[in-house]
Amino acid sequence: MRPFPAKGFSQVKAPKPLARSNGKKPKGDDAISAAWKKVQLARHPQRPFALDYIQRIFTDFNEIHGDRVFGDDQAIVAGFAYLGDQPVFVVGQQKGRDTKENIKRNFGMPNPEGYRKALRVMKMGEKFKKPILTFIDTPGAYPGLGAEERGQSEAIARNLLEMAKLKTPIIAAVIGEGGSGGALGIGVANKVLMMENSIYSVISPEGCAAILWNNREMIRQASEVLRLTAQDLRSFEIVDEIIPEPEGGAHLNHDSAAQNLKKAMEKNLKALVGLSPKALEEQRYQKFRSMGMFQD
Amino acid sequence: MAWFKKPKKEITRAVGKKQVQVPQGLYAKCKGCGSILYNKELDKNFKVCPKCGYHYQLSSLERLYLTVDSGSFEEYDEKLDSKNPLDFPEYTDKIKKGQEKAKMTDAVITGMGKIAGQPASVAIMDFQFMGGSLGSVVGEKITRAVERAIEKKTGMVIVSTSGGARMQEGIFSLMQMAKTSAALARLGEAGLPYLSVLTDPTTGGVAASYSMLGDVNLAEPGAMVGFAGPRVIEQTIRQKLPKGFQRAEFLLEHGFVDAIVPRSRMKQTLGQYLKFFRS
Repeated sequence: MRPFPAKGFSQVKAPKPLARSNGKKPKGDDAISAAWKKVQLARHPQRPFALDYIQRIFTDFNEIHGDRVFGDDQAIVAGFAYLGDQPVFVVGQQKGRDTKENIKRNFGMPNPEGYRKALRVMKMGEKFKKPILTFIDTPGAYPGLGAEERGQSEAIARNLLEMAKLKTPIIAAVIGEGGSGGALGIGVANKVLMMENSIYSVISPEGCAAILWNNREMIRQASEVLRLTAQDLRSFEIVDEIIPEPEGGAHLNHDSAAQNLKKAMEKNLKALVGLSPKALEEQRYQKFRSMGMFQD
Repeated sequence: MAWFKKPKKEITRAVGKKQVQVPQGLYAKCKGCGSILYNKELDKNFKVCPKCGYHYQLSSLERLYLTVDSGSFEEYDEKLDSKNPLDFPEYTDKIKKGQEKAKMTDAVITGMGKIAGQPASVAIMDFQFMGGSLGSVVGEKITRAVERAIEKKTGMVIVSTSGGARMQEGIFSLMQMAKTSAALARLGEAGLPYLSVLTDPTTGGVAASYSMLGDVNLAEPGAMVGFAGPRVIEQTIRQKLPKGFQRAEFLLEHGFVDAIVPRSRMKQTLGQYLKFFRS
């Protein structure tokens, strides 16, 4: 009988990363490992999820359900609460910690009704003149049959358009994984914060590796070329602030991570509540209007 | 021994007989019904199969000729060019190749023109350029086109075809979805119409932003439109997708497009709609 594995796994050589277009050598193993480490931390099963933060940051959180059209998506939690004395509306993408909860939460991958529920709650925020705080943590919007039938693309697109118009302060915090359009669907905010070990990307490292090298094993290299860490995004001025995590990562101390995020949310909200509804909309528009790199 | 013997005929070939030489590219087999089509005839019929109505992809220039009144189009931002903001491997080469192939600087043409006599700001995407992917240049050009519509108080027409976001521009690509959608929000608040034309294929980040946000969404027959590609969905749900899934007719049935308009009637339809919304 043939021994398994035929060739020891350690002997299988990983293909070399592609050379950079400008002739520079690819970054060393350290940089690659650093980005990959962040990806693993951002997806850590013991990392605080939206409800873990919500419980620690707010008081009197009341969850509300349903998009009033199709159903209630458990991958998105929404409701209202107090941040100190300030009443706020809250929306967050929720992952599960064990298999049972993950099935209930669909691994944090929202369906269209999730985005529509989020929009319903955010519009309430505008109607009742309360700020909106969102927690981003999703591998991406769910790519399923029902999701397509119910208009996943329309649901996300609608949120992007409507969030741009909302006349109330919006703060978004990427707490774990910011997976592409599925993340942006609740991410068009006046201020975008990112936890120190969170990621935000247009495509997952797995997807990128499959396209670039036709090899899903090249995720380490893909995590590096995508520039998806909070530190990268801050350097591109896509995010406004990096929230420090406790030593070793947020999963080691939920209370301390939540405390840091709470402070940042309070500080940013303080700066926004003084602005007029018109100024808020304008600030948000100009923020996203200026994003992009091109030669004119 | 066999009862019957099959006489072996000597195979002869016509030597010296003139063979008909068919030049390359004169005929093509239809992707829809498999019948043999005369290419010139196909071109005359706006690249729609005269037998089965299969709509072939058009380049943005071909689409421009078909949609905008001749002599009325003024192109804007034609020199806007991509950078490589992430220093992504092989991206600069890919752009160069795309530019040679599609003969344009990026995946969209924008400008002001008239459609069946109605003035409009127009953006037409091209799938030949890196799969019509949404990078900073496409996002910026479309945003400027929408802002131009607001400034000149005209309607906006975007003809979409795209595989989605441009991975090589990472987060910058993703943010173009928010940027273009925000511009369309302002167009709406100015009371100006946006007509979105969905052509084959429109998926990913483009479907999940401006192309689904039309006051009226029109689709070409058979166009594939969806958030996730069929392969990704099949891998997720581990089963084959039903026939016609994510096609224009499916979208009409599920309420995401207003009408399916054949290519031959698209210009006239856009003109009528623009006229109605402006009146």
